[in-house]
Amino acid sequence: MTFPISGLTVDPLYLIGAGFIIGVLGGFFGVGGSFIAGPALRAVGLPWNFAVGTDLAHIVGKSIVAARKHRALGNVDMKLGLIMAIGTILGAEGGAQCIEVLKRHGNVNTVVSYISIAVYFSISGFMAWEGIRTLRAKRGEKSEPASLGKPKKDETSFSHITRKIQSWHIPPMVSLPASGIESISVWAILLVAIVGGLFSGFLGGGAGYIRMPSMVYALGIPTHLAVGTDLFEIIISASYATFSHSLKGNVDILVALVMHTGAAIGAQIGAVCTQFFHGPKIRLAFVPLPLIGAAIVIYTLITGHKI
Amino acid sequence: MSTEKTRFAKSFLVEIAVYAVLVVVYFFLCLHFLGGWLKHLFDGDRRIYACVALGLMLAQGVALEITTTALLRFIRTRTK
Repeated sequence: MTFPISGLTVDPLYLIGAGFIIGVLGGFFGVGGSFIAGPALRAVGLPWNFAVGTDLAHIVGKSIVAARKHRALGNVDMKLGLIMAIGTILGAEGGAQCIEVLKRHGNVNTVVSYISIAVYFSISGFMAWEGIRTLRAKRGEKSEPASLGKPKKDETSFSHITRKIQSWHIPPMVSLPASGIESISVWAILLVAIVGGLFSGFLGGGAGYIRMPSMVYALGIPTHLAVGTDLFEIIISASYATFSHSLKGNVDILVALVMHTGAAIGAQIGAVCTQFFHGPKIRLAFVPLPLIGAAIVIYTLITGHKI
Repeated sequence: MSTEKTRFAKSFLVEIAVYAVLVVVYFFLCLHFLGGWLKHLFDGDRRIYACVALGLMLAQGVALEITTTALLRFIRTRTK
């Protein structure tokens, strides 16, 4: 079947299937799944600029589902989310402009392919290292119950960096009671958001794989709140990025709508599956996934063929 | 426990089957009625296309969330 906007000829079942897998991953691991979505669209011959924009559009729909669930669980810090949305939008616009520059130079596919491979390998490496480290540390300690009414603090191996960033006194300062932070510089939050936004605008997706760990390790946001708040702010920032990419002619909304139908049901199944697994083992299970994305990109790059 | 899991799996299979029918119908309606119009907007006026694209995605996000949640609740109630 040919999609008239991008001229892509693909079986819609492939798109629904890809969306379903991405949805399951999103629901299970709490990530957007752009490391699979981008390469999956690229693999059927969609140019990278279309793959990035279309992936962002489908992320909007998927984040609504997940954020509504997290909001009901009290996992969304609205104040933090709104501040981060500003930074993410700025960063995403920067990323989208980089795509435009590469489009003009005619090498968007090659450059984005190489950068995405590097990013996917880095994510896998970091997650493997962090997961193993946490599992080893957990063996030697007893888990403490969370205190009711107070946001649970996450102890990480990056606590010294978190304390240093929280001690920056660059006005304006803001308090985030929902996240258990008395005072933090708005600039620190914006910096984390801008970096995440750059990846989002450049590689597509919500870039939760960059922003979520940054929120936990750099800003000191408890993990469950970081996941919920990240999803909430992705609705705002991905909406903006979708609008921006649409103006630039990088979004095939029909492809995004079809992908999202699979993702919506996949997200529900993934969320249910988390009841049967938990903790760092989930993070370790995540490790091979970005490598699959990298493998698809490498295959497309080397052979120049569609899958 | 295993009976509970079997029931759970059954309810999901039924949900997926119902959902698949809905999606196929929706997909063909969407592509048939909107395809040409969206292509025309994409070529003619990108600003309107951007607004419509975002609106469609937001609307579908909310609609599918309500549909899947309602389906899940309905089927679980029926299988209990």
